[in-house]
Amino acid sequence: MTTVTQARESQASRALRWERLINMLLPVLAILASFLIGSLFLWALGVSPVTAYTALVKGAFGNQRLATSTILKSIPLIFAGLAVTLAYRGGVFNIGAEGQLYLGALFAVWAGTRLALPFPWHLLVALALGILGGMIWGAIPGYLKATRDMNEIIVTILMNYIAIFTVSYFVHGPLKEEGWNTQTDAVAETARLPTLWAGTRLHYGVILALICLVLVYVVLFHTTLGYRIRMVGANIHGARYAGIKTTWIMALAMALSGGLAGLAGTVELLGVQYRLIDNFSPGWGFDAIAVALVGRLNPIGVLIAALFFGALRNGANSMQTAVRVDVVVIYILQGLAIVFLIAGSSVDNRIRRWLDAWQA
Amino acid sequence: MGETPFLRMEEIVKTFPGVVANDRVNLEVRHGEIHALLGENGAGKSTLMNVLYGLYQPNGGRILLEGRPVAIHSPEEAIRLGIGMVHQHFMLVPPLTVTENVILGLPGARGILLDQAEARQRIQEIADSYGLEVDPDAPVGTLSVGVQQRVEIIKALYRGARLLILDEPTAVLTPQEIQGLFTVMRRLVADGRNAIVFISHKLDEVMAISDRVTVLRNGKDVATLETQATNKAELARLMVGREVLFRIEKPPAEPGPVVLEIQDLVVRDDRDVPAVRGLSLEVRRGEILGLAGVDGNGQRELAEAIAGLRIPEAGTIRIQGQDVTRMDAGDLLRFNLAYIPEDRQREGLVLDFTLSENFIAKRFRRPPFSVRGFLRHPAILDFARRLIRRFDVRAPGPEVEARKLSGGNQQKVVLARELSQEPDLIISAQATRGLDVGAAEFVEQQMLAQRARGAAVLYISNELEEIFNLSDRIAVIHRGEIMGVVRPDQVTPEELGLMMAGIRREGAPATESPAEPVSSNPGGHP
Repeated sequence: MTTVTQARESQASRALRWERLINMLLPVLAILASFLIGSLFLWALGVSPVTAYTALVKGAFGNQRLATSTILKSIPLIFAGLAVTLAYRGGVFNIGAEGQLYLGALFAVWAGTRLALPFPWHLLVALALGILGGMIWGAIPGYLKATRDMNEIIVTILMNYIAIFTVSYFVHGPLKEEGWNTQTDAVAETARLPTLWAGTRLHYGVILALICLVLVYVVLFHTTLGYRIRMVGANIHGARYAGIKTTWIMALAMALSGGLAGLAGTVELLGVQYRLIDNFSPGWGFDAIAVALVGRLNPIGVLIAALFFGALRNGANSMQTAVRVDVVVIYILQGLAIVFLIAGSSVDNRIRRWLDAWQA
Repeated sequence: MGETPFLRMEEIVKTFPGVVANDRVNLEVRHGEIHALLGENGAGKSTLMNVLYGLYQPNGGRILLEGRPVAIHSPEEAIRLGIGMVHQHFMLVPPLTVTENVILGLPGARGILLDQAEARQRIQEIADSYGLEVDPDAPVGTLSVGVQQRVEIIKALYRGARLLILDEPTAVLTPQEIQGLFTVMRRLVADGRNAIVFISHKLDEVMAISDRVTVLRNGKDVATLETQATNKAELARLMVGREVLFRIEKPPAEPGPVVLEIQDLVVRDDRDVPAVRGLSLEVRRGEILGLAGVDGNGQRELAEAIAGLRIPEAGTIRIQGQDVTRMDAGDLLRFNLAYIPEDRQREGLVLDFTLSENFIAKRFRRPPFSVRGFLRHPAILDFARRLIRRFDVRAPGPEVEARKLSGGNQQKVVLARELSQEPDLIISAQATRGLDVGAAEFVEQQMLAQRARGAAVLYISNELEEIFNLSDRIAVIHRGEIMGVVRPDQVTPEELGLMMAGIRREGAPATESPAEPVSSNPGGHP
């Protein structure tokens, strides 16, 4: 008897492992397919895809400086991707990461330019305020959804505008530096993220990103809080039935998500740009949605997807100069990768059904 | 029988990787007959019909239609051959009207408006000739489930179906709607041209409506019988391969103190209409109170109010003497209440969660499943394995998603979670709905075991037979009120039927006490 059950269990766990493997492989396959189709576009433009892609890869990883730059471009995407992932797992679609990261950066730049504190404390206060700014901006739509049943997608989209123009107001007004440039003062040395290795621009934000990644993973899958969040996201009726305060969990997931998004802006500010300007973000908050989806709402997947998007953005310039095609090709590649991923999920379902039938 | 049968399926084999779903199955359907296809969940009924409808290609065997061998590669071909199928889950577009739904997907010869007018008339004709009352201009989304089913039948007939496959058509219907459907079915086959294959696992319905019945078990056809020449016991035995207990032996109840006490409860439904209207009842330790009634008379709202999922408007609910009227499900956790919800896929389970994650839904807050906010996976897995064994859940392991189990096994997961906490009070709502005989019997046995353990059970069910089998007392609900409380040996099904129809029983006050009144106050609180 037991041996039979054991055999069935081991067969089942083998099937589970297969499933996980497929899950991991899908984004990679989607990316490869996007390059394949992308090469048709390049070919139609009269450009050799091989030359173009070689330039792209060289531009992203060709030397230490370029590779560093790729990682730097990925960091905000990791934070914001984790933010979208966490909210989505809780059944809330956070389109507002962009606004949250702007507000985080605003709070952080205030701390960095208006406070005077010694080194680690100044930095920590700036980081904490950055998280707080994002959290407030995330908690508002979370609270409205939980208590007033207001659609979080609409609320977060609209709040993006409020955040972006609020930052604009401060950049042009209260926080503007002396002189002609519409930018804030640079944050004090004591509030900056130190570089990781002398001679590179790589800063401690990388470590912070990895810590957050592990944290999100642990919270989601190894804590009762994460269990609650995932249950609310997977079946809100079932969650209510199990006695979970669903509204409170949704609001909390949104606030935590906002905090992570706030860090995306804060870390970029304290590690790379130091000054806040208009259009400070090239749209990380929106790219984060793609990162979360391509990463299949899994922290490890988010890391891979963020690096991929970071590499694309970074390699794009080299490709542009090497083969003289516009950067928009990169957007096409991004778009294709997402389409293939979604297509891949349906194939994945078919493979799964096949595996189920085979197990039974 | 010299006559050529309408349909012959011969030695049909259909395998899926690793499973033989149909193992040389034979089926013969005659003109003018209602042929029941009876079997437990997973016996191969739906597979066989999907082969006939062109959704699956068989690995062996052949299909003869009026003596002619046919190959059916797609539903379109099946429809061309005059075969129509009404699925369990309707394929309708809610915002479109009945007429638009019926002609959807059909090639239109002329302009849309002309087609619609013509179609409307033909729909009316079909509806009139078979008693399928529908308003051709009503948006489908506004119609009740029973009427939507009629639209599906009209859709099939409009496309020229003469052989109609109805896949578990009664599962979604109320008793009145079932009677209406049966009338329609009889009229459909009355002229001897058409035939119906009626897929079901409900013995009563098969006995009531079919002319002949083919029983499937484990992918094989075990018998084809004239319905008049058989009986429920024989069919049940053929279906499960063992004798089913229709009369469950149970020791007499030894009711203890009142566990659940409801006074003048008023609960509104989703449309904000009072569904429970001044209801009072009590359930004692060690007894099963059956709540009989036609579906939709406030049972769901009552159960949800007790379980803390719906806030009552007035009245009180007391558990173990404590007022819990306004408590939510979270507050109620400490009352050791088990709730088996009507809709197990929507509320009872999180389908995308694994079995072990589902098992801890109400316990994850406590050791050994979590310590200081962190989940303890080894303890959770261990617990899941124990429950799987104890409740005989057929699943490959604790890390399988609940979605992948059959309906009966999903219900076992719910039961395992709810009953393993040794509850003091059990609210069970339609716990056997959609389950096959074996699984339903398992549920009933579990309820009796809980009663013997000393739990108070409120057992809500539409199935009178089940109510009679299990209950120590029967309360009948009609339009949110209790029509009377009776003992199963002092009432006939006919009398119960009258009460379910809203006729109050004389001399049976709502708060009638059980056989041996214990030292409580039977009239409830002042």
